[in-house]
Amino acid sequence: MPPTETFYEVMRSQGITRRSFMKFCSLTAASLGLAPGMAANIAHAMETKPRTPVLWLHGLECTCCSESFIRSGHPLAKDVVLSMISLDYDDTIMAAAGHQAEAILGEVAAKYKGNYILAVEGNPPLNEDGMYCIVGGKPFVEQLRRVAKDAKAVIAWGSCASWGCVQSAKPNPTRATPVHRVITDKPVINVPGCPPIAEVMTAVLAYMLTFDRLPELDRQGRPKMFYGQRIHDKCYRRPHFDAGQYVEHWDDDSARKGYCLYKMGCKGPTTYNACSTVRWNGGVSFPIGSGHGCLGCSEEGFWDRGSFYDRVTDIRQFGIESNADKVGGTAAAVVGAAVVAHAAVSAVKRARHHGPGEEGGD
Amino acid sequence: MSAYETQGFKLDNSGKRVVVDPVTRIEGHLRVEVNLDGDNVIRNAVSTGTMWRGLEIILKGRDPRDAWAFTQRICGVCTGTHALTSVRAVEDALDIKIPENANIIRNLMHATLYAHDHLVHFYHLHALDWVDVVSALKADPKATSTLAQSISSWPLSSPGYFRELQERLKRFVESGQLGPFTNGYWGHPAYKLPPEANLMAVAHYLEALDFQREIVKVQTVFGGKNPHPNWLVGGVPCPINLDHTGAVGAINMERLDLVVGIIDRTIQFVDQVYIPDLLAVASFYKDWAKWGGGLASQNVLAYGEFPDQANDYTNASLLMPRGAIAGGNLKEVHDVDLKDPQQVQEFVTHSWYRYPDEAKGLHPFEGLTEPDFVLGKNTKGSKTDIRELDEGAKYSWIKAPRWRGHAMEVGPLARFLVGYAHGIPEFKEPVEMVLHKLDLPLSALFSTLGRTAARGLECSWAAHRMRYFYDKLVASIKAGNTATANVDKWEPVSWPKEARGVGFSEAPRGALGHWLKIKDTKIDSYQCVVPTTWNGSPRDAAGKIGPFEASLLDTPVAQADQPLEILRTLHSFDPCLACSTHVMSPGGEELSNVLVR
Repeated sequence: MPPTETFYEVMRSQGITRRSFMKFCSLTAASLGLAPGMAANIAHAMETKPRTPVLWLHGLECTCCSESFIRSGHPLAKDVVLSMISLDYDDTIMAAAGHQAEAILGEVAAKYKGNYILAVEGNPPLNEDGMYCIVGGKPFVEQLRRVAKDAKAVIAWGSCASWGCVQSAKPNPTRATPVHRVITDKPVINVPGCPPIAEVMTAVLAYMLTFDRLPELDRQGRPKMFYGQRIHDKCYRRPHFDAGQYVEHWDDDSARKGYCLYKMGCKGPTTYNACSTVRWNGGVSFPIGSGHGCLGCSEEGFWDRGSFYDRVTDIRQFGIESNADKVGGTAAAVVGAAVVAHAAVSAVKRARHHGPGEEGGD
Repeated sequence: MSAYETQGFKLDNSGKRVVVDPVTRIEGHLRVEVNLDGDNVIRNAVSTGTMWRGLEIILKGRDPRDAWAFTQRICGVCTGTHALTSVRAVEDALDIKIPENANIIRNLMHATLYAHDHLVHFYHLHALDWVDVVSALKADPKATSTLAQSISSWPLSSPGYFRELQERLKRFVESGQLGPFTNGYWGHPAYKLPPEANLMAVAHYLEALDFQREIVKVQTVFGGKNPHPNWLVGGVPCPINLDHTGAVGAINMERLDLVVGIIDRTIQFVDQVYIPDLLAVASFYKDWAKWGGGLASQNVLAYGEFPDQANDYTNASLLMPRGAIAGGNLKEVHDVDLKDPQQVQEFVTHSWYRYPDEAKGLHPFEGLTEPDFVLGKNTKGSKTDIRELDEGAKYSWIKAPRWRGHAMEVGPLARFLVGYAHGIPEFKEPVEMVLHKLDLPLSALFSTLGRTAARGLECSWAAHRMRYFYDKLVASIKAGNTATANVDKWEPVSWPKEARGVGFSEAPRGALGHWLKIKDTKIDSYQCVVPTTWNGSPRDAAGKIGPFEASLLDTPVAQADQPLEILRTLHSFDPCLACSTHVMSPGGEELSNVLVR
């Protein structure tokens, strides 16, 4: 029996025809915004790649990222877990508990050294020797470091893992710390948002598995394809902003007409995310579409930028040509993230030379 | 401690110690240690919340209108519950009345959460305690089809459907990459379902995973996204516009059609899949009506939920009633007053916090949280490598809340018992139906099985109430009401210099309260006492145990190294640790005690 099975084999074994498989590849290409010709590349990758193990750890968090992940409509969470990746550890859904659960981490790290993905939801608190988050009797930060050591790459799900999020809001009592500040020798892909959009999460995974490389990242470590533009740039209420038509009070006539929420504190003009294009829950809506301003939940430190109802006064540029590399981030953070992005690409290139199982597959 | 008695239970920690950490398939981080006697029966149980985030400290000094967003991030599983509780607390403090439509929409969003959360809990967090996935490979698809069709009219039930699914499962298992099913307790003697029931349940595990995506879209329509939709002090943020320019982007006919379609499919899924599965699975596990009851037969608490009339939070309006049952006396339901300093109190004798006098509990308005991570002298291991905790000392990041001194169970079972004790037919009749179908006495409710059954019944109740709230919203709009927000007191200049308020709700996991003080338009103190604080409570000053600990006692364990029985009972509570392990201090000085390295 082969130790691993390719995505294509899994699909064929489920009775999915070659024709349907190719259709799936085309849809995947389309949902990633790729040229139709890329479907063939996806098909080739799916036919030859075994399922990559993913170890999904949880630190200080609220589990909204996991909840968002299972909302994914394309691909379905079911298909991601059964056919795309091998989700070998995720304490929110895994069958095993206690030492049987913990044993998996070591087994996967040994068997798939350098070839598994570490996904992190939440972050490690560093105060009190890390004991504000305990797993298996030890600080979570130890588990994080141990599992990161042999990972191919690290995905930091959500604003907790990417920036620290709510528990790191002032005064950050536990010293909750973003993953990339603790894991500095691996590529870390930040997928911020509280939570991130489901299809953004699954697309980031699908992209890595399909193309065997990291998505192109901006200087803050975010995939450019989803975090390259502001909510405001693609907001369907933008014409009202440009025309000076604003909601002045909740539930006023302007609110009912769907005018711009800028004066109600909307953070769309300073928030880089895909909500106004990809939208939420299968395209049903997004915050502005349902009458509330954007909270800016994918931005670093968004909890500490005044009230959510304070008007944004620091819009630096209005053109959609601006991007995250031009706005935001301290000089140090920018340089650091750029280094990480380059390291990421290099590391994956290196990793590609080693097939899974080479280091100890059975 | 070696042995002592409390609340009718005998505790003895002299036997073999078994540690389960992490407890998986829950929200957050939980550790449990038990002692087994020579017959592998649990004689002592220690429940430990192993995370602490400090959200209430973070809330101090913030704009009260923002608090819903912060507290919502306490939990992304019961998303929205804390936000709803928070806006209610602010509205209580500032005496803000919300429009009728806002109340209906909030109820609809909250009932949506119930339906979603309970369904996901049953299939994705709890089912693997009862369903042996690997055994499903041995099932006969045709017999599985016959079984499925005998219990439900759900259309996905043909032999071909189950055969295809079984093939997929077979290839998955044969790949050697078992993913989330790795190291499960497959083949454990405590699994009792025949292969066909296992295969049917696996099919519904996957169907439920697909369908849960649909349910939450109701929250997305009104709140813009899920998880973590948007809320508003004074009402709801989504306006209603049926007839006029710009209707696209507000609640209009298309949005209402989307919502009602989802509601009707939710009712169908819950009544044709979840409930029949629950009854079918339960019929093989009637033994579990004997174990796991814990405190359910003694003390249960519900704050009440779903105000049918806007701004009326009395039992006259609450569709799910408030009340406390003490000493197992279902004939008397006690009033619950969240502002009474003698009723809800929190103790920290065995929690990693410090009080000036730890013999006493503190009411949440006067709550204090000073982290104090110290381990008892009988701890095995070290500070950063704990092998066995010392429950004689402090041992959890969860505080110990008590109602009039009693440890109380909260959650769906507590709510159904309070509803039952009030004699309300919509709670009494489903309970009697289940007991009749399973041929079990009323006392069977006080068990792991009873808790799990109550959650299923409540899911159905909520799904049908979604339809009720939808119809009510349409009737209200039809009558000419379109208001969704009251902005009279939106501006902080309209607020008094000082105010205090309590917001409550019934989260899917149980009674939830937020206690808020406002001073000079900012939050002066904020305290949450949440469902899993009640259920996962450690011991108090008098040595009284909490519901998790009590429920594990006296349960026989088949294999000490495979804690399936422990998981069954803990999961029956649907633990949520991110919620429970909170912190607060109105004083603000507590940070000086946090060691900064």
